[in-house]
Amino acid sequence: MKCPECDANLKIPDDASVGEIISCPDCGADFEIASKNGSVCELKHAEKVGEDWGE
Amino acid sequence: MPKFRIVFDRVRLEEKMLEEKAIELGHDTKMIDAKTTNISTESKKSDFDFGDVVLERCVSYFRGLHFTACLEFLDVPVFNRLEVANNCGNKMFTSLLLKKHNVPTPKTYFSFSSESAVETLDRQGYPLVIKPIIGSWGRGVILLKDRETADAILEVREITDGPLDRIFYLQEAVKRPPRDIRVISVGDQVIAAMYRTSTGGFKTNIALGAEPVPCEITKELEDVCMKASKAVGGGILGIDIMEDEKRGFVVHEVNNTVEFKGLAKVAKRNIPKEIVEYAVNLAVR
Repeated sequence: MKCPECDANLKIPDDASVGEIISCPDCGADFEIASKNGSVCELKHAEKVGEDWGE
Repeated sequence: MPKFRIVFDRVRLEEKMLEEKAIELGHDTKMIDAKTTNISTESKKSDFDFGDVVLERCVSYFRGLHFTACLEFLDVPVFNRLEVANNCGNKMFTSLLLKKHNVPTPKTYFSFSSESAVETLDRQGYPLVIKPIIGSWGRGVILLKDRETADAILEVREITDGPLDRIFYLQEAVKRPPRDIRVISVGDQVIAAMYRTSTGGFKTNIALGAEPVPCEITKELEDVCMKASKAVGGGILGIDIMEDEKRGFVVHEVNNTVEFKGLAKVAKRNIPKEIVEYAVNLAVR
């Protein structure tokens, strides 16, 4: 799968699940796995850390 | 077979551990993304697949809080309950409840304008710790050592001027070893505890690199944690405790959506198992 930002190759682990965050090793952009169908994933830009994030 | 649901907005290691454990325990388990779920005043429980019980695990406090309100509207059993999430998500509410219920807690001062905050600082003397009333991972927690530092921080608050920036939460700097204790309590039990030792500064958050070290669960520790748990309404909680040189244990925070990957490394009991079993047993009995 290609990084939507810089076109680098993204390796998505087989056991990755929807809601997990994938970081591009080249450009550092973070993507959330929005959906997964077998080895085909749909990615969307991950939300940035919010003021109210945490425990 | 109990139907166990985890509501998330970002899957962290904790959510994966909880999901794996629930499946291993034989529960019909599903993950539900809060970000793609729509609920209305016209919604009914049967419109959704929220199962027998939901564990609310959103990393965004406000998202989780409001989602919980919707779940309770639909009569879906959810942990933690809305009241508990509200009590724990706001440090000021937590401090007030702890004190009200005679749980030892640091002296904390509340001001509602920067001018009043300066008055408090001048009256109580430095240092005091300023904390945002909403927030985690030690962010925005600053030791105000002198007037100059305080003026700078208060000025930044005035510039950002969010609604919560107008609430000033100032806490005594407790004299303690350079560590604190994180306890996980589930219902009426303490299930794990660790020391979090600072890596240099005065903060001891695992998110900032503090090392987890096992902590013995003494009767005294258990008692103070159970009082703190009851004060905020019970449930699945992360209780933060300092060891004051004179007073002993003082509870300074109670966390609602507890992170436990650090503690899981040193805990004797299986934290995800305890959480899942507690939620299922209470909802299904």
